[in-house]
Amino acid sequence: MAKQSHLKNTIKESFRMAIESIRQNKLRSILTLLGISIGVFSVIGVMTAIRTLESSVNSQLDIFGTNTFMIQKSPAIQIHGPGNNKIRKRKNIRYAHYEELKQRAKLPQQVSVVDGTGERNIQYKDKRLKKTAELSGVDEWGLRSFKTYLADGRNFLEDDIRFYRSVTILGPDLADILFPFEDPIGKIIQIKGLDYTVIGITERKGQAFGQSQDYFVMIPISVYIQRFSSRWTSLAINVEAESTELYEKTMDEVIGLMRVIRKVPPEEENDFEIISNEELMDTFAGFTGGIKLFAGAVSVIALLVAGIGIMNIMLVSVTERIKEIGIRKAIGATRRDILTQFLMEAIFLSQFGGVVGVILGIAGGNLVAVLLKVPAVVPMDWAFYGMAVCSFIGIGFGIYPAWRAANLDPIESLRFE
Amino acid sequence: MADLISLRGIKRHYDVGGEVVRALDGVDLIINHNEYISIMGPSGSGKSTMMNMIGCLDSPTEGVYEFEGELVHEMDDNQLASIRNRKIGFVFQTFNLLPKATALRNVEVPLIYANISKSERVKKAEKALLAVGLSDRMHHKPNELSGGQRQRVAIARALVNDPSILLADEPTGNLDSKSGVEIMKILDSLHDDGNTIILVTHEEYIAEHADRTINLFDGKIKEDRQTKKRKRVVA
Ligand SMILES: Nc1ncnc2c1ncn2[C@@H]1O[C@H](COP(=O)(O)OP(=O)(O)O)[C@@H](O)[C@H]1O
Ligand SMILES: [Mg+2]
Repeated sequence: MAKQSHLKNTIKESFRMAIESIRQNKLRSILTLLGISIGVFSVIGVMTAIRTLESSVNSQLDIFGTNTFMIQKSPAIQIHGPGNNKIRKRKNIRYAHYEELKQRAKLPQQVSVVDGTGERNIQYKDKRLKKTAELSGVDEWGLRSFKTYLADGRNFLEDDIRFYRSVTILGPDLADILFPFEDPIGKIIQIKGLDYTVIGITERKGQAFGQSQDYFVMIPISVYIQRFSSRWTSLAINVEAESTELYEKTMDEVIGLMRVIRKVPPEEENDFEIISNEELMDTFAGFTGGIKLFAGAVSVIALLVAGIGIMNIMLVSVTERIKEIGIRKAIGATRRDILTQFLMEAIFLSQFGGVVGVILGIAGGNLVAVLLKVPAVVPMDWAFYGMAVCSFIGIGFGIYPAWRAANLDPIESLRFE
Repeated sequence: MADLISLRGIKRHYDVGGEVVRALDGVDLIINHNEYISIMGPSGSGKSTMMNMIGCLDSPTEGVYEFEGELVHEMDDNQLASIRNRKIGFVFQTFNLLPKATALRNVEVPLIYANISKSERVKKAEKALLAVGLSDRMHHKPNELSGGQRQRVAIARALVNDPSILLADEPTGNLDSKSGVEIMKILDSLHDDGNTIILVTHEEYIAEHADRTINLFDGKIKEDRQTKKRKRVVA
């Protein structure tokens, strides 16, 4: 007599019986599956959406060049509250601070300065802007700090800054408006009524957060300070470290020097902010963390409801099949055989629902990716958790009905009509 | 040779709302290999209770039950399930087939619980169905079969695991007389092949197939007589 391992045989048969019973009660099984699917769908959907969002936002938050950070008076994202007043009372960052830092700092590969404002009064002949553009004062490192490259023309030179030359580099969107049919290089445009020679056009970057990143003008920082600054102007200083290894050290040196330059007493906090890609991403991660927690809580409730659905359906299934259980016991099924059969059915139901939920969830989540025009992601880890949770639900909510089935009295069950 | 089955002082009492129902009230009985026994008696006399007891579906309130020398009344649930599976073939009045499974599948089920591989199961189930003359109905479901055919599937299922005894509780009770005769023919030939059979019936002409008839009344054996000369099969 060919004997197999008992467990393997039982599981194989239970699996078969589970499929049979699901096939025989299609509608009911589908409705139960749906409960699990929706629960899993909500977790996987939200997690996939967040992950695509994260990868897209993180790539957009990657605005500074490699190993670059920025020093500003105020944080990148301002939270209104009592702390805000303290920030407003800080000393502005002035050009002299930048010059002193640049002179004294030894580690940075480069130190550059930048400031920006909104400006609409820009024209070429009869072409005018309808929307306010971003106007930045930069030095010869400006393009590099903002990870922009020239598509045409030349960069600012040190001499452009030193000699206050009225030259400008245009973003491609702005160039398109002013020069629809002409080559902009060498042409003279007016900003606030004053003439600037176009020396360069940058490469097209596209959109970030639904806004054009190509709608700007740049002029030398010296000219900017002369013509656009006020007593409220606070500059930003860009620092690039030589390498990733020297990044932390460079930041330490720069922070130390800035404190000396701005005469911050040793016991007081920095009166300036360090902004980097990592810092922006951390801020965003804090925000998505909240959403994840909320989605997690909602999903737990959804899965709990689905689990109760499974339990209910399994109880109905046991009641409907009392006679079958009696027959099986009469011909030799042990309690464990019956328990395994019904437990497998519950697990199989929830697993099947889980697979559907995972597939729909990933598809739904990636719809967000399609809408945001970012690459899709498949969160394998969450798919795995989803399936694991489904098994737990199957076991957790299936065990009681299965236990009830296993403990039915064979004679009573056989007599049941 | 040891007795196949020995019941000594078997009682089965039910407590129904404070009142004790004595379904079996002190039964002593010895059953040998290759006996062909019919059990008769009025409704409610305890025939089914006795069959369930012998078939290890029920446990006695009191008394000693020995099956092939093993003490059944002391066994736990798993041991009882194992005896039912390997040693006992049960045939019921209402067939008790799995309604959504084919004849072949129905006959296969006891072998699943006996841990037998799929290929072997199919082979044995086919052989059992052939023995009851149903090889052309193997892939039919119970509702596609006549009553007589259903009962033959049930007999095939009872026999598939080569049990020591075949128990049939009113196997012809739900059948027309022609189908009943067919079933009795099968039981007779199974007995001729060396099987031990116990059969419950109301009908005198059915009981006459057996070699020994036991009459129950109020949970007690009222009469136990040899009706035919036994054809002994020498072991
Ligand atoms: N589960 C039960 N609970 C209470 N009384 C029962 C139960 N099963 C059987 N009985 C009683 O036991 C007696 C014998 O029943 P049974 O063995 O089914 O009789 P038969 O098969 O001879 O008609 C009957 O009086 C019946 O009412
Ligand atoms: Mg009866």
